[in-house]
Amino acid sequence: MSEEGIVKKFMYVNRKCPYGTIYALESLEVVLITAAFDQDVSLAFTDDGVYQLMKDQKTDGIGMKNFSSTYAALGDYEIKKIFIDKESLDERGLSISDLQELVWEDEDEDYAEKSSINLVSRAELSKIMSQQDVVMSF
Amino acid sequence: MSLEVNGKSYEVDEEGYLADLNTWDSDVAEAMANADGAPLDENHWEVINFLREYYEEYQIAPAVRVLTKQIGKKLGKEKGNSKYLYELFPYGPAKQACKYAGLPKPTGCV
Amino acid sequence: MSMLHTVNKSPFENSSVASCISMCAKSSSILFIEDAVISVMKSTKFAEMIESSLKDFKIYALKPDLEARGLSLNNVIEGVEIIEYEGFVDLTTEHDSVQSWL
Repeated sequence: MSEEGIVKKFMYVNRKCPYGTIYALESLEVVLITAAFDQDVSLAFTDDGVYQLMKDQKTDGIGMKNFSSTYAALGDYEIKKIFIDKESLDERGLSISDLQELVWEDEDEDYAEKSSINLVSRAELSKIMSQQDVVMSF
Repeated sequence: MSLEVNGKSYEVDEEGYLADLNTWDSDVAEAMANADGAPLDENHWEVINFLREYYEEYQIAPAVRVLTKQIGKKLGKEKGNSKYLYELFPYGPAKQACKYAGLPKPTGCV
Repeated sequence: MSMLHTVNKSPFENSSVASCISMCAKSSSILFIEDAVISVMKSTKFAEMIESSLKDFKIYALKPDLEARGLSLNNVIEGVEIIEYEGFVDLTTEHDSVQSWL
């Protein structure tokens, strides 16, 4: 953790589909950059943002970089709290098994893989959001 | 801009990073290192190969502290520290090793 | 006059899909591209609207945009035609005009 710096709670809220706009990729880049500053970072995926984590994305046809594999590196960047809004999945006829499994490795337990994914209701997400120091929405 | 190695031409940006990582081969890595005055040995190659594998899997070059941690996991704790990595790559392990590995400059590289 | 309507925004994000369907004349066609391809998936809350509008006009979705978003072609609503970029070009030439809903 940081020496004497103040650790703040940061939440990045992702609400858009990937590829149609630049928001999803921009958010991911900001998250990776700020992860270097030892803050308490969490990510929320809600509304169309849940599509960012869909499995089996294939972007050859649209000629864009497939950044979906980069989400799997979040654990290496010490980002261990990923919140998925269940109502957003339901509205889209999706279930958690349609999304990537994201894990982090616990160095203290011989790099055991632990899930970073938390499936939450909108009400729970709202509560978690209200506890943050900084919320950034993409 | 381009870099000539053994009669082959590689397109690079103004900082010397390869424009297209698919054009990478070990010759261009060796040539970049020789130009910096520090030929590559097997310890350098361990890190360069690790970076290429990481990029292949996650589509990003890891930030330096992620690199340090992952090298420690993969190659042993004695190598997973910044002293060891800075000795190998004095211009900065993420920056310099990524360049030799043909990767873009790491995201979050300050 | 036949018109090709293209929509590129998610139906969850704004009302373009719904407006387009409500204003589309019977001889026209609708092509969903980019984020709008979500509209043709079974079991979203918009599926019923798409299914009933299939009685009135042809609906297409661009395959590369479905694949990019990890949307399985098996879960596309029956009756929706999945096309490639070449098909997109054909549609624009087969219709008298094109309207893009943004």
